[in-house]
Amino acid sequence: MTYDCIIIGAGVSGSATARELSKYSLNVAVIEKGEDVCSGTSKANSAIVHAGFDAAEGSLMAKLNVEGNEMMDELCSDLDIPFKRNGSLVVCIHEEEKGGLKELYDRGIANGVKGLKLLDKEELHEMEPNLADEACAALYAPTGGIICPFILNIAMAENAAVNGVDFFFNTEAETLKRDDDGIWHIRTNNGEYKTRYVINAAGVYSDKFHNMVADKKIHITPRRGDYCLLDKEMGSFVSHTIFPQPTKLGKGVLVSPTIHGNLIVGPTAIDIEDKEATATTAAGINDLIAKAGMHVKNLPVGRKVITSFAGLRAHEDAHEFVIGEVKEAPGFIDCAGIESPGLTSSPAIGRMVADIVVGLAKPEKKADWNGKRKGILNPSELSVEERNELIKKEPAYGQIICRCESISEGEILDAIRRPLGARSLDGVKRRTRAGMGRCQAGFCSPRVMEILNRELGLAYEDITKSGGKSNIVLERTKGEAQAI
Amino acid sequence: MKNYDIVIVGGGPAGLAAAVAAKKAGNDSILILERDKELGGILNQCIHNGFGLHTFKEELTGPEYAYRFMEQVFDLNIEYKLNTMVMDISPEKVVTTMNREDGMVEYQAKAVILAMGCRERPRGALNIPGYRPAGIFSAGTAQRLVNIEGYMPGREVVILGSGDIGLIMARRMTLEGAKVKVVAELMPYSGGLKRNIVQCLDDFGIPLKLSHTVVDIEGKERVSAVTIAEVGPDMKPIPGTEERYTCDTLLLSCGLIPENELSKKAGVEMNMITSGPVVNESLETNVPGIFACGNVLHVHDLVDYVSEEAARAGENAAKYAAGQTAATSDKVIKLVATEGARYTVPSTIDVSRMEDLLTVRFRVGAVFKDSYVSVYFDDKQIMHNKKRIMAPGEMEQIILQKKKLEEAGDVQTITIKIEDK
Repeated sequence: MTYDCIIIGAGVSGSATARELSKYSLNVAVIEKGEDVCSGTSKANSAIVHAGFDAAEGSLMAKLNVEGNEMMDELCSDLDIPFKRNGSLVVCIHEEEKGGLKELYDRGIANGVKGLKLLDKEELHEMEPNLADEACAALYAPTGGIICPFILNIAMAENAAVNGVDFFFNTEAETLKRDDDGIWHIRTNNGEYKTRYVINAAGVYSDKFHNMVADKKIHITPRRGDYCLLDKEMGSFVSHTIFPQPTKLGKGVLVSPTIHGNLIVGPTAIDIEDKEATATTAAGINDLIAKAGMHVKNLPVGRKVITSFAGLRAHEDAHEFVIGEVKEAPGFIDCAGIESPGLTSSPAIGRMVADIVVGLAKPEKKADWNGKRKGILNPSELSVEERNELIKKEPAYGQIICRCESISEGEILDAIRRPLGARSLDGVKRRTRAGMGRCQAGFCSPRVMEILNRELGLAYEDITKSGGKSNIVLERTKGEAQAI
Repeated sequence: MKNYDIVIVGGGPAGLAAAVAAKKAGNDSILILERDKELGGILNQCIHNGFGLHTFKEELTGPEYAYRFMEQVFDLNIEYKLNTMVMDISPEKVVTTMNREDGMVEYQAKAVILAMGCRERPRGALNIPGYRPAGIFSAGTAQRLVNIEGYMPGREVVILGSGDIGLIMARRMTLEGAKVKVVAELMPYSGGLKRNIVQCLDDFGIPLKLSHTVVDIEGKERVSAVTIAEVGPDMKPIPGTEERYTCDTLLLSCGLIPENELSKKAGVEMNMITSGPVVNESLETNVPGIFACGNVLHVHDLVDYVSEEAARAGENAAKYAAGQTAATSDKVIKLVATEGARYTVPSTIDVSRMEDLLTVRFRVGAVFKDSYVSVYFDDKQIMHNKKRIMAPGEMEQIILQKKKLEEAGDVQTITIKIEDK
């Protein structure tokens, strides 16, 4: 069959676009090389909803950042995504650099950011007692927020799937070309897909696909960011997202609570060549620890880290989102160079890209589109009575599997059984947080494996951390008796 | 709300021994809460032998050792609940639990015994750089996969850390046909028992590289290689000493952390060195009626000592529940570990409440050869015992006599230190 539209990449941009397109009578598919949504650039970032004062005035980044930020409340309420506007602070620690805050403030106003305020030293320390003594002024943005990036991505994809979008995982686009009838043929490791419109939402690989069809080439540099995640004990160390003043390389090392109550520190900004090189380095982590300590005082990063990780920003040389149909390749629509503030912008990116397709294809709106999603139930938000009711109906909610995060079997079963359900340990982890706590899955991984085995009929040897060859166990021990 | 005299959190070796002792001390209202599907705790996956030499004078496997106590629990009709997670303990000793059958239930206890054990330090807490592929396991998780689930986590193995579980797993994986290429240990000494180094590494020709750490992990999906390097006195890797090992598995045995999240909720004060509760001579925490024992109190080397300690906690909890605990006096002696000794359990002694003989356990912070364990009552040295060898991996103990302390009169501080002469 020929699809109306195929989206390459089930990251946050691709999934937002898929959901927007699912409002229309179009046959839409998403092809994703990973085994799950949210397996590339979208899975490792600061988990921040930016206010929008950073991006250059008049840029697409600025426009979509502010729009995306404004869309977030309704989207998160519709899709049951954990989100909180905790407010962000850009903190100045050198008297002579205070002028930079005013510049940011003015840019923010020009970008349309609401509620910005310059704070003096006293106001600032009253708001955040754990700031470094050197902190002398700040820009306060009350619209800044924190979000679960996994659930944002997963929820949009799930909702798109419920509204008819097909998802093909472990399907890597290799080449694409347009035939004489204007149909795009995408060759993948799983055969050929045909479509009238193709959306290039391939993250760090978006230059590869763009350059296959466009005259004017783009160039994406994977810009690595290392992060440390701290124990929940440290989750209220600061209540706002604390940024240093920005530099050429980005917004700098932030210190922020996460929506789930940890503390996140990061990112570094290291330009690399390998688009898969998400390895952290000792130098990166050390740099992070040194920088994190500049704006807050006595942060025990070393002792309280529960995990560190690295993500890759899809940095285009022009540092601007590349969104639009490529003139010489009718029907090929870029959604490239989506780096920070890409997560924040994603709802607006999805809408903009979908509008381009809608403008070209002129489809009808579906009458039966359902934009709501119920997330995985969080039993800890229930009263004891409600929780007992639930356990009576579904005993699996009474069985804790991940003891660090108090995740029950009921939640894990839901994660596996829902649309686009989890098929790996990481899939379960991103949907439920099982394995994301302080023991980092040491306790629960054998138990989650048991559930995956039972639910999906996956042999133990076939259960993976995150698809591909990431198998957890390799074979039976030699002591096992043979069945006869 | 249901009422019990004594609620024991954890049905591993500590919880079992505490329950048996409390019952034998005359208490009939005891409940053990266990989150796993069987009693026995971590011993169930420790299928190697060497347990119980002190207690039973024979070499048992972990499950056998656990069963010796489980039998008593069954024979004494002590109540227990399996598959039951303790969600909260309040300072008023209300214990909130959850399981499939009963949902959330609250128990009001007169006394609570903390016996939750410990967990392993994960890769994340070690800040090891590199990729995050499959194939990195804490040694205990690998042990569970092999011994309980019956699956091999890998074929070619590098182990970081020489804690006892890592050493045991080096042998176990070798016996199952895997190739254990090297054990790297950050410190200049092993964190495990000497006998485990001999029986699990030396006997199989597995090299132990002291003062080494992992500096890179390769492999995007599954581990493909691990690079280790020597560290200097500052614990930083020395450039040029890197050695790369191709492997599919990295096991971590880099320390155990007492699992005290619940204790903290109950308002229990923690010791920064042990990461366990601060306890007095009765193994009672700062919250009256809340006792602690086993690896949740401090990480032990031998389970025999866990059982012994837990039995004391059980007896004291029984006394407390019966209202028979002697009133506290204002004469509390502080125990101080210094100069080579890292900590003591207990931290304080109330002489009026202490038994005739009191075992004080401690660990040393480095390897000491032909050195002396010295004990001072204030400035007065009262013990000076030569030990041929002391190492951080092995627990040390001294036994204090109540009589001696009474004779000594007004002692403020008991100090334990390691002296070279």
